[in-house]
Amino acid sequence: MTGMVALYIFMLAAFTGYEVISRVPVILHTPLMSGSNFVHGIVLVGAMVALGGAHTPLEKTIGFIGVLLAAGNAVGGYVVTERMLEMFKSSGARAGGKKGPH
Amino acid sequence: MPAGISAELAIQASYFVTAVLFIVGLKRMSSPVTARSGILWAGAGMAVATLITFLYPGMSNYGLILPAMLIGGVLAWWSGKRVAMTNIPQMIALYNGMGGGAAAAIAAVELYRGGTEGYASTTLAVAGGIIGAVSFSGSGIAFGKLQGLITRSIRFRGQQLLNLLLLAAALLLGALVAAQLDASLAVVTGFFLLALVLGLTMTLPIGGADMPVVISLYNALTGLAVALEGFVLNNAAMIIAGTVVGSAGTLLTQLMAKAMNRSLGNVLFSGFGDTGTAATGEVSGSLKPIEASDAGVMMAFASKVIVVPGYGMAVAQAQHKVWELCQLLIDRGVQLRFAIHPVAGRMPGHMNVLLAEAGVPYDLISDLDEINAEFETADVALIIGANDVVNPVARTDKSSPIYGMPILNADKAKNVIVIKRGKGAGFSGIENALFYLDNTRMLYGDGQKAAAELIQAIKAVG
Repeated sequence: MTGMVALYIFMLAAFTGYEVISRVPVILHTPLMSGSNFVHGIVLVGAMVALGGAHTPLEKTIGFIGVLLAAGNAVGGYVVTERMLEMFKSSGARAGGKKGPH
Repeated sequence: MPAGISAELAIQASYFVTAVLFIVGLKRMSSPVTARSGILWAGAGMAVATLITFLYPGMSNYGLILPAMLIGGVLAWWSGKRVAMTNIPQMIALYNGMGGGAAAAIAAVELYRGGTEGYASTTLAVAGGIIGAVSFSGSGIAFGKLQGLITRSIRFRGQQLLNLLLLAAALLLGALVAAQLDASLAVVTGFFLLALVLGLTMTLPIGGADMPVVISLYNALTGLAVALEGFVLNNAAMIIAGTVVGSAGTLLTQLMAKAMNRSLGNVLFSGFGDTGTAATGEVSGSLKPIEASDAGVMMAFASKVIVVPGYGMAVAQAQHKVWELCQLLIDRGVQLRFAIHPVAGRMPGHMNVLLAEAGVPYDLISDLDEINAEFETADVALIIGANDVVNPVARTDKSSPIYGMPILNADKAKNVIVIKRGKGAGFSGIENALFYLDNTRMLYGDGQKAAAELIQAIKAVG
């Protein structure tokens, strides 16, 4: 990947992120922040590659911490986002099994 | 075709699929109807990318990679599954900080082993390193504050100067490394330590009330750091996902700051946000109490009721009782809506999550712009655990710290019932003029108990 191509990817991805979020209702701000937090958990693949290429004990230690943290980011981000969004239901969806509150 | 090339092709193709799945997932997450499927799409993308990375050519240390993934993943799974919905904001901060730390760790490994080639690559590694490290330690402080581990906001004279010096020193060492003048162990280590300390000293003076904006900012910064390390590793999935989060997070941060009537610069550099500056402004009139039975009758015979919940409701764990009360009213034919202020809860949108947990359908919930015109036609506005967000002083009193903040026009309703634990000012320490209006009645008591009494009163009406 040449520098210019990388720059184009950066620019287009930045606009994509802006457009995707720009019309989001306030009711979804917290789940969406959590969801985007999950998406940058992709750092896991980079951490795996970095640890995969580490040689000295220092590099291996930092790489190990990196993979551990990145896995936490990805898994934790997924779990809390999924838990939140799973609860969002419309009146129509509830009408069938109207379960009483506790 | 040699095995190395086909593996390379499979990896690139998979990363492409991952990027598409992430963008589609985020897009679907921006509407309540499709949001649930959005996280599943994004999750599938993550699984694809993670699995294919094991085929990366020239990888070793699998004996370290797998246990690290297992430890990090299991701990996060366990903590994410059991955290209460009220504590979601600090968990987002925690997981976000981990991502920032991972980006910094990638930079550290690459810089220590001399894995970067050329000025551009080294500069990007350094930039991602400092941003990731600041996000890591800063998010840690944000977590500590919201979790109640750090209760004081440490401020002293010259704090901004100290931060500036730390930043300058970190940048200087970073420049030495990037310009390939001195990339010795000591310089690289010093660079990362300075960046970590900067994250601490930047975040410590910021008050708890401003933390959501700060977390959102660090979320965007982590995205950017991930993208920068993606350039270093020539990894398209990281570049695209990181950049998308970076720009989306920046926009989200601006939206949040605007909803809280604060500018980002104000949040970061003013060191306000957890103390009521001055409880100024005298309010005339008196507080008029009401019995639950009378309030219940009033609501039972109303044609339109708007409920305004605040974080106090969640603290009292009253959301289930409130929803039970609302269902009774709906069954009686009362037109019922929930009005949510953008900063209700501990971060924008948090109250919606708490109501969703209690079982409230999202189509009954309206935000400020949708509902404000409707208060005039409402018979009853029921305020529970909310205070500053319904204080009409924000519209009228220029000397008030909350002046200019958009508020819910609950005072325009024909009757206002306020459920409140006791007499006292709000979160910001400002007297609430709404409580003293002629059409306002105070229902004193714990949120959960008061809601239960209202339920009894409405059932008694029959």
